[in-house]
Amino acid sequence: MTGEHAGEIVQFDNVGLRYGTDREVLSDVSFTLYPGSFYFLTGASGAGKTSLLKLLYLAQRPSRGMIRMFGADAITLPRERLPALRRRLGVVFQDFRLVQHLSAFDNVALPLRVAGVAERELQKPVTDMLEWVGLADRMHARPATLSGGEQQRVAIARAVIGRPDMLVADEPTGNVDPEMAIKLLRLFEALNRLGTTVVVATHDIHLLKKVPDSLIMRLEKGRLSDPTGALRYPPRPSTAGRG
Amino acid sequence: MALRLPPVFGGSLARGLRTLSGMSEAELVPKARLAGPMPWVIAIMVALTVVATAAGLALSNIAGNAADELSGGVTIQIVEANPTTRLQQAEAAVARLNRTPRVEAATIVSEDEVERLIEPWLSGLSGVQQDIPVPALIDVRMRDPVTGETLGALRRLVREVAPAARVDAQSTWLGPVFATIDSLRLLSFALVGMLAAALAASVLLAVRNALGANRDTIEIVHLLGGTDHQIARVFQRSVGFDAAGGGTIGLGLGLIAVLLLGRQFAGLGAGLVSGGALGWIDWVLLALVPLAGVALAMITARLTVLRALREML
Repeated sequence: MTGEHAGEIVQFDNVGLRYGTDREVLSDVSFTLYPGSFYFLTGASGAGKTSLLKLLYLAQRPSRGMIRMFGADAITLPRERLPALRRRLGVVFQDFRLVQHLSAFDNVALPLRVAGVAERELQKPVTDMLEWVGLADRMHARPATLSGGEQQRVAIARAVIGRPDMLVADEPTGNVDPEMAIKLLRLFEALNRLGTTVVVATHDIHLLKKVPDSLIMRLEKGRLSDPTGALRYPPRPSTAGRG
Repeated sequence: MALRLPPVFGGSLARGLRTLSGMSEAELVPKARLAGPMPWVIAIMVALTVVATAAGLALSNIAGNAADELSGGVTIQIVEANPTTRLQQAEAAVARLNRTPRVEAATIVSEDEVERLIEPWLSGLSGVQQDIPVPALIDVRMRDPVTGETLGALRRLVREVAPAARVDAQSTWLGPVFATIDSLRLLSFALVGMLAAALAASVLLAVRNALGANRDTIEIVHLLGGTDHQIARVFQRSVGFDAAGGGTIGLGLGLIAVLLLGRQFAGLGAGLVSGGALGWIDWVLLALVPLAGVALAMITARLTVLRALREML
């Protein structure tokens, strides 16, 4: 992509965000994300994790600063060009945000249908994906009839079905038991092995140890803690790329 | 625990900004067709539009036919109490007129015909007609439409041989009637315009409601890379189906009303009204009303959705 130099897929520079006339919920946030890396975004409740993720999955524009995503200036980019960027992202929302009147199958198939993939092309990948997350026997169930963990897995399947360049997950283990949390984390790791950059927002510090090669982004009162500058100017990963 | 790689989709999702594929397009907005009020509102609007259009077309036909018939017509009355003089003047006038190049034909209206014409006003007064001096009538067909100048020349010509003659263009007589017909015709088409505006307004409100009810779904589709045009198309199609169903019902109802009204007017047997019969082009135009309704509803839905989505990122 034009301007996608040095391999970085996301670059934040002195980004600030405020809602209306309130005080800034994010201030002077600067970091760079490389392909194939695994990041945990941590911080106490109200630290600004969800706001930062909204900027990452292009649901919000910042009040100030510069954001580059996949080589494009995400701030000045006309909104007609945002869908093309969004198709390179996978998002797992904290509240899952499944379409309630669609089955698990149709929810997972949605990103493919949005991209205009023909029905005959999407049947197998969607079925395989639901099997991968252990929901092959629940593919025709509506979200309301699924447990919290099952809904979480449908949301993850929907986020990863299109093999996104970057997966953003907001508290993906918040509604599941510890065993399921580990299982979901393994799913993210598997996707990361394919080259997808993964950003997981969590306040569960026990999770951080489960992915040894992960990097940690810590938000404190809307500011990113980066005492060594490693997040802003990280060393380029030698194994970056899709697998 | 061994990592099992996810079976992700092998193709590219950056393939473009096409329409939503498959059945999802119809199902993305959960709305049972013909169950909500909108198709019925559209049916009523289309039925009224069909009736108003039919009225406008019939009035246009009446005006057109009458104008064609009367534009070259002149009526001459010989207002003379003495029957012998009246007849002499009438015959002299007809003879003079038929020698005039601009006149196609001039004929004396027979007494029987005159009696038939005034019969509705004098019925029940049998015998009285013979006592009332009824003017002799001459029907004149000109080769060209009658102008003020033609009428003046004709008046001078006729009065040389028939001093009791009163010369009038037939279109002048019916001027107020034509003005009324024209006003009614304009009113009919204004009604069509207002009904179209009301249809657009009702679609706009329905689409806004649907947008509000489906806001979460729309946001999700947006965040998954859906474009405004894809989302607009979902609503446009849904509204299109509703409008097609409502339009078909409305067309049926409207045509029944038009046929019933047509039969009633045909029963009147009046000369002017019979000129308002609908031709095949008129019926085709009426059949196009629901199609225009569907197009209007779909365009309104599309523009409403696109405008609303512009407020979202």
